[in-house]
Amino acid sequence: MGSVHGKTSGSVMVVGAGIAGMQASLDLANSDYYVHLVDKLPTVGGMMARLDKTFPTNDCAM
Amino acid sequence: MISPKLVEVGRHLNVNIITNSEIKTVDGEPGNFTVTLVNHPRYIDPVKCTGCGECARHCPVTAVNRYNKGLDDRRAAFIEYPQAVPLAFGIDTDTCIGCGLCENMCVAKAIQYDDTERESTITVGSIILASGSQGYDPSKLDFLGYGKSPNVVTSEEFERILSASGPYRGHLCRPLDREEPKKIAWLQCVGSRDTNKCGNGYCSSVCCMYAVKEAMIAKEHAHCDLDCAIFNMDIRTFGKDYEKYYLRAKDKDGVRFIKSRVHTVTEIPETGDLTVRFVNEAGEILEETFSMVVLSVGLQVPETSKLLAQQLGIELDQYSFVQTNPFTPVSTSREGVYTCGVFQGPKDIPGSITEASAAACAAGSDLSAARGTDTKVIVMPDQQDVAAETPRIGVFVCNCGINIGGVVNVPEVADYAATLPYVAYTDQNLFTCSQDTQDKIKEKIIEHKLNRVVVASCSPKTHEQMFMETLEACGLNRYLFEMANIRNQNSWIHSKTPAIATQKAKDLVRMAVARSATLKQLKEKVISVNKQALVIGGGVAGMNAALGLGKQGFHVALIEKNNTLGGFSRMLHHTIEGGDIQVYLNDLILEVTGHENIEVITAANVTDFSGYKGNFTTTVVFGPENEKRTIKHGIIIVATGAREYTPTEYCFNQDPRVMTQVQLGDVLEEKGAAELASVVMIQCVGSRNAENVNCSRICCQNAVKNALIIKKQNPETNVYVLYRDIRTYGLMEDFYKEARNLGVIFIRFDSDNPPQVVPGADGMQVFVKDHILQRNLEIEADLVVLSAGMVAEDTTDLCGIMKFNRNPEGYFIEAHVKLRPVDMPGDGIFLCGTAHGPKLITETISQAQAAASRATTFLSKSEIKLSAITAQVDTEHCVKCLTCVRSCPFSVPVFNTEKQVIEIDEAICHGCGICAGVCPRETIQLNYYENDQILCKIEALLAGGM
Repeated sequence: MGSVHGKTSGSVMVVGAGIAGMQASLDLANSDYYVHLVDKLPTVGGMMARLDKTFPTNDCAM
Repeated sequence: MISPKLVEVGRHLNVNIITNSEIKTVDGEPGNFTVTLVNHPRYIDPVKCTGCGECARHCPVTAVNRYNKGLDDRRAAFIEYPQAVPLAFGIDTDTCIGCGLCENMCVAKAIQYDDTERESTITVGSIILASGSQGYDPSKLDFLGYGKSPNVVTSEEFERILSASGPYRGHLCRPLDREEPKKIAWLQCVGSRDTNKCGNGYCSSVCCMYAVKEAMIAKEHAHCDLDCAIFNMDIRTFGKDYEKYYLRAKDKDGVRFIKSRVHTVTEIPETGDLTVRFVNEAGEILEETFSMVVLSVGLQVPETSKLLAQQLGIELDQYSFVQTNPFTPVSTSREGVYTCGVFQGPKDIPGSITEASAAACAAGSDLSAARGTDTKVIVMPDQQDVAAETPRIGVFVCNCGINIGGVVNVPEVADYAATLPYVAYTDQNLFTCSQDTQDKIKEKIIEHKLNRVVVASCSPKTHEQMFMETLEACGLNRYLFEMANIRNQNSWIHSKTPAIATQKAKDLVRMAVARSATLKQLKEKVISVNKQALVIGGGVAGMNAALGLGKQGFHVALIEKNNTLGGFSRMLHHTIEGGDIQVYLNDLILEVTGHENIEVITAANVTDFSGYKGNFTTTVVFGPENEKRTIKHGIIIVATGAREYTPTEYCFNQDPRVMTQVQLGDVLEEKGAAELASVVMIQCVGSRNAENVNCSRICCQNAVKNALIIKKQNPETNVYVLYRDIRTYGLMEDFYKEARNLGVIFIRFDSDNPPQVVPGADGMQVFVKDHILQRNLEIEADLVVLSAGMVAEDTTDLCGIMKFNRNPEGYFIEAHVKLRPVDMPGDGIFLCGTAHGPKLITETISQAQAAASRATTFLSKSEIKLSAITAQVDTEHCVKCLTCVRSCPFSVPVFNTEKQVIEIDEAICHGCGICAGVCPRETIQLNYYENDQILCKIEALLAGGM
């Protein structure tokens, strides 16, 4: 699918830089698209960076 | 676990991180959107800021620390957490008094008080909304005491309490008096499954698991025998292997699970302890006192996300999650805009990561014509060969602002370095990582003909790649670089003893210089990537994966062992939301078989397999004539599926009135519910038992779905669901509620005392003990419907040939349950659908798109450069003891029986070094970490006289 009027952009905007936003960005960037990763906070990481350990492996979230 | 992802995102040439920013407007059309962003001021220039932290150390203002959920303080000049990306501070102007101290202290001149709000514009082809969730705020639920009793905390706060970087440094303390709690209660479903008090009717899907986790970790941290009790309505551990985790907590760790929704929590003023009042299953009112109460708060969509959806014209559901269709789970109501993670619906981390990859697949598919048009590429100069040259080492010692320089005498260390063997140049820098220092290092490499570089600064984890790239940019091999960590491992921990720290810095530099002289140029192997894909399994998962790749322009061979496509979905009629599965399936089959990039091969079986990422060769035998075909492909997606368990319980196969939920689906489709007077459904048949410990995830919603169909067609039919825990997670909770409202009777039974089914001439009799009534019930039934679990398709032959790993239940094992849920351990091999574990059709579709996305990261490249850090065998001195063959976790070393040698294929070697460590003859060496390259560091350390 191409853009109807203008040319198709090779960039994607991802809104939210938690674990989901970061994964989507990395997949796209590693597939040769340019990614603008936007977050309202001063750092990426989202909720996962605020966890201690994660189930079911009890690995450190950070 | 998240740190490497933070670093990768932060360093990626083609990811532009825009922080402190929000979306203002989105104009244009799919493929060509113009987005206007509002960039809020940070007041510290993130480009100049080196993250040294001097601003925060001198800031006199105390502010509430949002990162630690308000349980401690931070400064007005702050960074969220030490691993933050970008590693740059900011100023919280709500609390800043403008004293100017930070500006005076900042050596990098990064403070900019006059920073203002700006607008910027970007052009993008697709948009992905992943704005996540926030925990429910329980302040409104006054009966729980949150906000009044300090020892009542939310689960989010408790995460910070447990964390080593949290307010109490990981010591288990309660907020009131910093005493270690003796008893902790978790109250489940706070802000979830509650339309009465908070309006969130859905299940948040994650709270049961995180409560189990928090209880287990708290027990580990406690010095006493901590008593943990989890008050719940149902325990919903429905994910892959989650039931095992729950049982471990219950049976091994002694976490108590109490079936009750708590009535009130009251603080005992003298002690700060909390009395929890609840009704047990027998209907008795009980009270129990705990030292601390944790509220397991649900996930909900933040107000800012609702606003964002409004600005973009995206439809949300009644709970403000993005409205999606069961068959297009990551597409929003606006074309070209996709969603993933909790904004799509409540889910855990692996689910969010899977969906994120799915959204990437969808977003990328729209733009495949423009792939590579906006990306940046760095062209490196040709490498010069310095192998024959005598080492000329350049040593760059970093002050890191005053992080190192404030403790270690950096000029003295630099002078000392100049006296070491082969050192041709030394320098000290304020910030060795800054861009201008990189240019300076390049200049000095050329000016002084340096052929080795040592940087004495911080951690190689965050900075090694950057310095290696600096070497490459002046034609030096990247492996001629070595780092000494004189900050994290020195100045930070010896800040009170500068003389000793300076001495240690010299020792570390001497060791690094010694190793540097032994480093060799290494050549990274480049392998080509075959752009064809192989998808194994032609069900909903395999077909969606094939389409995901086909739409991105890659050729796919889709092999299916049966004569027709469709797999297990052929047996199903509707999703719980009402989506027509057969209509969807037929459209999907038409799209797949008609796609120019997809070749479908049915009645096909794999007979031979070889190769590695980018270059696999698979032989299949297919069709009625057993034709043979060899396929060369760059990646593999495994989607072999699962099927319904065939029960041996409850007279199944002996009495036609006993059937499975799938069979009931057929009956309802053909005949409807008009003739049914009474139907009894029994849950967990073939799941959560000794033979199959895990929950099959889909059976509860299946029972609710069929119960609803019956009740809607014939309200007179009595429907009983005999269950252990109802696991209608996420948004499916609404259907459970609807079933109860329509009169479906749910009766909990104990696994030790399962129902009995007795077939009679007129009907069936079902006996079950009702825990609430405390009575044995006898129910007459026309039909007994077994909610049979799922079992993986038999893939023994396939795994024998392709060497894939499966768990004891026959499901394939992913590379990492949390962070790489659709990657298999072997590179270039991906996994989706029920071959991974039981899941719904919607989840299967997103996982299939995710597998296609992960595969695209391989297929979009013509070649892959491999790390040169791999193991090499000295076959002349190897005695073929096979220790390496037995020790390698990736099964890389093999004994070539023809040549009679051990072979380690560098294309598949992970460079972990285990074989080098265990080889009794030391005939295996790991590049960059050869024996003498490590031993020389120890010798250099000892040479200093310890």
